[in-house]
Amino acid sequence: MDAVTAFFAQQSPVVLWGLGGVLAVLTLAVGITALLPVIKPGGDFTNLRQRIASWWVMIALLAGALLLGWQAFTALMIVISFIALREFLSLAPVRREDRLIVLAAFVAMGINYLFIILDDYGLYRVFIPTYVFLIIPFLMACIGQTRAFLATTATFHWAIVTCVYNLGYIAFLMRTPAAEAQPAGAAGLVFFLLVVTEANDVAQYVWGKLFGKRKIVPKVSPNKTWEGFIGGWVTTSALIWFLGPVFTPLSGIGLATLALFLPLAGFAGDVTMSAIKRDIGVKDTSALIPGHGGLLDRADSLTFTAPLYFHILAYFALGHF
Amino acid sequence: MRWLRRFVLVLIARPIARVFTGADIIGREKLPLKGPAILAANHASHVDTILMLTLYPSKGLDKVRPAAAADYFLRGGLISWLSNTIIGIVPVARDKAGTGADVLAPVREALKAGDIVLIFPEGTRGDGEEMAQLKSGVARLAADVPEAPVYPIWLQGAGRVLPKGEAVPVPMNCTVLVGDPLHWQGDRKAFLEELRVRLEDLKAKAPPQRWA
Repeated sequence: MDAVTAFFAQQSPVVLWGLGGVLAVLTLAVGITALLPVIKPGGDFTNLRQRIASWWVMIALLAGALLLGWQAFTALMIVISFIALREFLSLAPVRREDRLIVLAAFVAMGINYLFIILDDYGLYRVFIPTYVFLIIPFLMACIGQTRAFLATTATFHWAIVTCVYNLGYIAFLMRTPAAEAQPAGAAGLVFFLLVVTEANDVAQYVWGKLFGKRKIVPKVSPNKTWEGFIGGWVTTSALIWFLGPVFTPLSGIGLATLALFLPLAGFAGDVTMSAIKRDIGVKDTSALIPGHGGLLDRADSLTFTAPLYFHILAYFALGHF
Repeated sequence: MRWLRRFVLVLIARPIARVFTGADIIGREKLPLKGPAILAANHASHVDTILMLTLYPSKGLDKVRPAAAADYFLRGGLISWLSNTIIGIVPVARDKAGTGADVLAPVREALKAGDIVLIFPEGTRGDGEEMAQLKSGVARLAADVPEAPVYPIWLQGAGRVLPKGEAVPVPMNCTVLVGDPLHWQGDRKAFLEELRVRLEDLKAKAPPQRWA
């Protein structure tokens, strides 16, 4: 019992309150789904129930890892990157001769996370964008299949940068020294990124459902509308502006930059991944998360918001990076 | 040794298979939990057998036995022990086929004893793209044990995790698609054709987890 009390006592109270808030929202969602059959009899709410049940699991995993510290959180992010990369390379056009290149991509993933464990941002920053970028095509050339060569190198780069390098930034945020990660600790920085990215997805969806008329990218995501996009943008910007100072050291221009651009990045990630899925001809990247689809379906916005968030923090507030 | 098989398959092989392949399954509720039944799947990799065993609902797992080539899997040593104890194979003397010996007898006995037998009607591993012609063994079994329904099963992507002739497995998503069961109608040729059509239908529904 003492150990449990001590464990929570050493956490940032802001993060604990934040997690409490998330649980309250989720409990509210459960309450609403319980009432839905009364309000709208005969409706099928199976998918909604599955979605919410899956949220409990996802939040439990993320919250547990966040509270346990950077080691546990990095381990979780390794699993997430691994699954995302596996989903991506299993669906994207990869040639028979590239089987061992797929393995090389997983090796690159391991090295990428090793730099996070070693807290070496200098190497992290150049390893995938410069060296993996060059080595993968070279290895492919050594194997010798030149049919669709250039397109396949692009496939590998896209997979590795989004699923490993960009998502890796979330784990790297946990290495922010306590002195710089004011006012809620490194866990607070990560928590805020996850909350605003998911809130942006939800806000766009809700505004679109309520007021959506004009389609914004009909050929890629026929359900997305200008109303949803702008409503979500304004809502998330306001959320960032008011809650940002509670979880991050940002203020003034830095905070305004984040409030302005993060919702855009979330939207862009969602739409760009949708274009890729449409190109491949699938709706979901796997059936891993009941009600949601694959891991990449859930993490698509994050692959865009995570590097942006990290860079804005690094530029305006964190000397460590 | 039933507990050992269950332990290894559920607690060791299942997590490994999930990490390596994602192991999505479409139509899991259709899988029979009681025998006799025949699971007829396409074949591209040793992963096929492992995937089926690790995906199988635990309730029916004790009954599931893959038919496997005795010349390949029962050459002695660790492989034989694993094949018998953990995989629980029904041996088929593939090398004696055509000599007049009744090579399917052990499979028929297993079915009559109420087992669920996994067979690969192509007879051997293919390249994972095109299905080879189905051998007549599956039809003979269906004729001999007409009370055993035949479930068409398409295994997508396993041939990429560990293709024939390769030693290093690579993580790739796989999907198992379970079709509606066929029953023996009395005609061998028609039965094989129907099974082939159903397998091709499942293949068409599978996600594009294949080489470009």
